[in-house]
Amino acid sequence: MKILVCISHVPDTTSKINFTDNNTRFDSTGVQFIIGPYDDYALARAVELKESMGASVTVINVGLADTEPTIRKALAIGADDAIRVNAEPTDSWFVAAQIAAQAKEGGYDLILMGRESIDYNGGVVHGIVGEMLGMPSVSPVMKLDLVGNTAKLAREIEGGKEYLEVNLPFVAGCQEPIAEWKIPNMRGIMSARTKPLKVVEPASVDSGVKLQQFELPPPKGAVKMIPADQVQELVNLLKNEAKVL
Amino acid sequence: MNILVFIERAEGTVKKNSLEAVAYAHAMGGNVIALALGEMDEQELKALGTYGASKVLHGADPKFNAGVIQAYATIITSAMTQENADILVLSDSSLGTPVAARVAAKLDASLVTNVIALPETASGFVVKRSIYTGKAFAKVSLTKVKKVIGLKKNAAEVKEVGSPIEVTPFSATVSDSDFATRITSSEKATGDVLLPEANIVVSGGRGMKGPEHWGLIESLAKTLGAATGCSKPVSDMGWRPHHEHVGQTGVKVAPQLYIAVGISGAIQHLAGVNSSKCIVVINKDADAPFFKAADYGIAGDAFDVLPKLHEAIKALK
Ligand SMILES: Cc1cc2nc3c(=O)[nH]c(=O)nc-3n(C[C@H](O)[C@H](O)[C@H](O)COP(=O)(O)OP(=O)(O)OC[C@H]3O[C@@H](n4cnc5c(N)ncnc54)[C@H](O)[C@@H]3O)c2cc1C
Repeated sequence: MKILVCISHVPDTTSKINFTDNNTRFDSTGVQFIIGPYDDYALARAVELKESMGASVTVINVGLADTEPTIRKALAIGADDAIRVNAEPTDSWFVAAQIAAQAKEGGYDLILMGRESIDYNGGVVHGIVGEMLGMPSVSPVMKLDLVGNTAKLAREIEGGKEYLEVNLPFVAGCQEPIAEWKIPNMRGIMSARTKPLKVVEPASVDSGVKLQQFELPPPKGAVKMIPADQVQELVNLLKNEAKVL
Repeated sequence: MNILVFIERAEGTVKKNSLEAVAYAHAMGGNVIALALGEMDEQELKALGTYGASKVLHGADPKFNAGVIQAYATIITSAMTQENADILVLSDSSLGTPVAARVAAKLDASLVTNVIALPETASGFVVKRSIYTGKAFAKVSLTKVKKVIGLKKNAAEVKEVGSPIEVTPFSATVSDSDFATRITSSEKATGDVLLPEANIVVSGGRGMKGPEHWGLIESLAKTLGAATGCSKPVSDMGWRPHHEHVGQTGVKVAPQLYIAVGISGAIQHLAGVNSSKCIVVINKDADAPFFKAADYGIAGDAFDVLPKLHEAIKALK
């Protein structure tokens, strides 16, 4: 079985977000980058499947050379090889089209990724890739088991879950608790250095989405503290000042 | 300009957030065609006219009751062709967003989700969307003729602008391959207010000490007509179901009022609540980081404050 895992290279969840160049570029000064947390769940599940039933796991990232440490981390966690599409991941459509172009030739049985990236939060790459490849797509998937050629899935819906079955090949956008995040061990880190990482040039794509400008939210006003023995005062403020009751 | 709005179904009724999608399309100044799939309450569909739809299409076949992503994408795409609609508007959700992706790919459309405001059309078509899990915004221009727009909650205000209209039956053609994913069963909390749609959320963290104390959260939520939420460790430990987990890796909420009890306010939790209009924090540690992100705070013991708060709110109602 061949599994493709798509990983995003995103600012750590604790990062302060700032922009430069007249609010047209993300300011990466002092920012630590990680594998997207949802992609990390997808990768962990792929490695579990590899360990339990035998599979090859390829990771793909659309990004410039600075994403390679993130890709190496995925290799250290247990992927066998990697593809980097050498381009800036400007928007969901662009990234999805690059992944689809690479996956078309690959003959993958399963394409896993996070339900969304945590930078643009689009939540659409799995669907676009699925449609471009003519495969079903399911997201957000919180459980994925394989029985022969059939996958049994649980998908989170508002206020509950839905259970589904689908035959391979298909695309899944993943989230917890599909697997537990894996931390690379020393052996993994050593072997990752020599695992194949192929760099390919991007396909030409018109995504139809162009960034104009970034904005930061206005700063938050100071909190009003209410003494613990004056709960009634809180209710008055919520009703008369905030007008939310 | 014809705009198709996808109306999502919740137990045979119209999802509240879909009304915002109708209001958004109406405010854009287009001719609004609403499309509903699966068995749905006829009166609610007619009432879509009140909120701005000029036509309501209904594919009532019960085989569309369950939201199969591919099948919905096929049907929406053919409805857009039939109705000559260049723009699709829908509300982001666990169904809406994946469907939007496939429709955009079928139509080669400009696609944007998490949209929070009406487009600026003075030069081109520019929408504002939330990024970095609510920590920033991006203005993006959509350059293709066809456009697919997914809305975050509160992107438009639901207003009565018209009157109820007749429902037009819509017969959708789907193929077997559209049903390649088979929904075998589902579990759903019934009667509760859905977290992503709620106007008020009462959320508990590890400071609630254990699932046996959730009655305090639930009863307050009930009185307020609120949904209940929780922090990640609370759902990780199985105190609460996963779909209540709020934050960076969970549900992103945008209520009028978010009440956080015994939650420290880690940056990953804040990422899921920073679109709330008003935040109240109750925490026994006066230095808890959550107070910095709050509008109102009480530094006190949840087990002391919650019952008093509940009484005061009951007195108000
Ligand atoms: C990649 C990543 C993603 C994450 N995603 C999320 C996410 O989506 N959502 C999320 O919530 N977390 C997320 N986390 C975890 C996050 O970092 C915090 O660990 C978590 O939010 C803490 O939960 P908590 O506030 O309930 O618990 P704690 O941090 O343990 O806080 C408990 C609070 O309760 C207070 N307290 C204790 N007793 C009482 C009492 N009797 N009365 C009143 N207050 C009391 C304490 O003062 C404390 O402030 C993520 C972490 C990572 C690394």
